[in-house]
Amino acid sequence: MSVKSPSQTQIGWIKAAVFAACLVPLALLAWRGVSGGLGANPIEYITHATGWWTLTFLLVTLLVTPLRRLTGLNWLLRLRRMLGLFAFFHVCLHFTTYIWLDQFFDWMGIVKDVAKRPFITVGFTAFVLLIPLAATSTNGMVKRLGARRWQLLHRLVYAIAILGVVHYWWLVKKDITEPAIFAVLLALLLGVRLVWRARKPASVAPAARAQSA
Amino acid sequence: MLIRSKPDIPPSEITPCDVYRRRREFLRAAGAYGAGAGLSAASILTGPRIARAGAKLANVRKSAFSTAEEQTPLKDVTTYNNYYEFGTDKDEPAENAHTLKTRPWTVAVEGEVAKPKVFDIDELLKLAALEERVYRMRCVEGWSMVIPWVGYPLNELIKRVEPTGKAKYVEFVTLADPQQMPGIRMPVLKWPYTEGLRMDEAQHPLTLLCLGLYGEALPNQNGAPVRVIIPWKYGFKNGKSIVKVRFTERQPQTTWNIAQPREYGFYSNVNPEVDHPRWSQAKERRIGEFGKRPTLMFNGYADQVAAMYAGMDLKKNY
Repeated sequence: MSVKSPSQTQIGWIKAAVFAACLVPLALLAWRGVSGGLGANPIEYITHATGWWTLTFLLVTLLVTPLRRLTGLNWLLRLRRMLGLFAFFHVCLHFTTYIWLDQFFDWMGIVKDVAKRPFITVGFTAFVLLIPLAATSTNGMVKRLGARRWQLLHRLVYAIAILGVVHYWWLVKKDITEPAIFAVLLALLLGVRLVWRARKPASVAPAARAQSA
Repeated sequence: MLIRSKPDIPPSEITPCDVYRRRREFLRAAGAYGAGAGLSAASILTGPRIARAGAKLANVRKSAFSTAEEQTPLKDVTTYNNYYEFGTDKDEPAENAHTLKTRPWTVAVEGEVAKPKVFDIDELLKLAALEERVYRMRCVEGWSMVIPWVGYPLNELIKRVEPTGKAKYVEFVTLADPQQMPGIRMPVLKWPYTEGLRMDEAQHPLTLLCLGLYGEALPNQNGAPVRVIIPWKYGFKNGKSIVKVRFTERQPQTTWNIAQPREYGFYSNVNPEVDHPRWSQAKERRIGEFGKRPTLMFNGYADQVAAMYAGMDLKKNY
């Protein structure tokens, strides 16, 4: 019964609390929607909000491992799947907003956009790459794939996060402050992994490595 | 006057705090003007063209150049703005522009002209008969509005300063004061924001020297106290809060062109066939509408303006 090793019940409560917290952004967006707080261009607002939260959830997911290592709180790892799935949930909302509210199922327009607009191409790529990660997020899939292969597949999240930030950077008209902040945070999160990897003695057993990734 | 049902208290009915604080000065000025010119009590009450943001503009004529399309609500026109001097988010100009001081205000008209002159804003308000021009406004970002601007053809001003034969272009220099404009501290764009037109574009009857919207003096976030409106061009060509109009022989540099030459050309005519490098310009979202509508060539003003660009490659001269 400590911060270091909470009981099963406590973990359950923590998960419930984090789950509820993760729903707050969407709840706020919905509230703004019903109270007329989405501004003059609601579709643009929804598109930006869902995209912004996708990136934020991706970064928070990527924060779990460094945080666990720095604090020694190993149970943090048990929140990672949920956070990752919330990133996927928001990107689904983001994508749906684009094809439904923004383009209104103009498939020709969408195909052209994906092919011709680099910022949409990278955003779309990131979305597609997230699908297998979400699909293989269950315990059963981890077993079926084997820890090594599962982990290898899920390293895709690094590329996805980079593509996500590039997507944001390229769509901004001129003021790149926000995408730059995302880029710096992502660089820190990926950089710390590189540093740790470089420092890690080669003798560490693969199983231990799989756990700490 | 177009009769529109407005919900609640429209922002236009609320006296801006800046006006309220200077009410004595306003009344004094209105009284002095009224007494001197022997005007009616009504015009004293409305403030005879001593315009502050939100002040009613008197004697505004209708114009045949107006579109009958549904007008974008005042609230959207005044809360969804691109005015980077007050912040790069759409809602920031409405929040921050109250620091803009629109009195005293002068506009220096100079360069290749026979009669250069510094105009006081109140002089500009009386220079020619005010007209309401309901124009479509298409932003380069892919959204559009329909706005009832108030002003008169820019050519009225141009005629008075008598451009010389060397005047081939007009440059508009806008205010860049870090004291009044928090966005100036950010090097997002090269300040001051400058725009420009070819002489024939500037003299075109559609090109408006704009002093108001919805029958009132321009709100600060919409470019008070004076700006230009060129309805067949993307919105960023409509320089706001202008302090200098310069006639030049050479094509002036324009802010967005300096920032991203590949994306924003000097002409920047609305053209559904020439995409922005990063997005399509074929469609637009009219603010307040759900679906997108096709963007029209020259923003629907092709009949009036296309001839000016006859023989020009509009893909090259974007």
